[in-house]
Amino acid sequence: MFVRLTAAAAALSLLTGAALAQGAKPTDPQIAHIAYTAGVIDITAAKQAISKASNKDVKAFAEDMIRDHEAVNKQALDLVKKLKVTPEDNDTSKTLSKQASDKLAELGKLSGAAYDKAYVANEVAYHKAVNGALETQLIPSASNAELKGLLQTGLKIFQGHQQHAEHVAAELK
Amino acid sequence: MRTGTCLAVVAALMFGATAVPAHAATLQIVMENLVVSPAEVSARVGDTVEWINKDVFAHTATARNGDFDVTLAPKKTVTSVLTKAGTVEYYCRYHPNMKAVLKIAP
Repeated sequence: MFVRLTAAAAALSLLTGAALAQGAKPTDPQIAHIAYTAGVIDITAAKQAISKASNKDVKAFAEDMIRDHEAVNKQALDLVKKLKVTPEDNDTSKTLSKQASDKLAELGKLSGAAYDKAYVANEVAYHKAVNGALETQLIPSASNAELKGLLQTGLKIFQGHQQHAEHVAAELK
Repeated sequence: MRTGTCLAVVAALMFGATAVPAHAATLQIVMENLVVSPAEVSARVGDTVEWINKDVFAHTATARNGDFDVTLAPKKTVTSVLTKAGTVEYYCRYHPNMKAVLKIAP
């Protein structure tokens, strides 16, 4: 529990910290990049879970993550194309990706029930962190109304995932 | 089928109008942008629900008491007939923050 909360807090402070460090709020091309990256990270984690998880609910959860995040990211790509915006890499995206690949390697060393628990705990923490960033940083900073709308839908989806992950975590105990 | 209808009519004539169920209605429940609307609906046993999923995400309408569990593919509509009375709280298993109530009168 303590570890999980710490991870969530760390991820959140990294997310907001990196963006704030630039001294200005993120631009729409940067926000699009961050949101897309956040989705890709969860899809990659879910693919690992499908090959490694032993519990059927955990596997089903991972499949739900792939389905939803691919759908959100497809909408995001359609939107940036429509708006003629080129997503722009930035420190927040880089930090997120680095942190995610470290986490993937860490989870990769686990197996069986230990893996299942660690994956789901990280999903709770990760979605919590992304939701925090969406609410406090990304949504308020977005200037395009359609981008803002998509982020708001994304927030509701991710909040749903967080609750779903919490439910799966409770079942594993 | 015909025989059933005739029997029902005969029964209605014999027992009076109160024994005849009201005409079954069709009601629509929409899921859009992760929101179920209306959030609360009153219906009767025998009514048909059209579950309309306008999202690009899959959803479910899952009764907490186990009375029904409807899976809705993205952009699809599914119909189901209400068979049991009660106040049923339901939610989406994929996005448990989507919640609503169906009040089904006998």
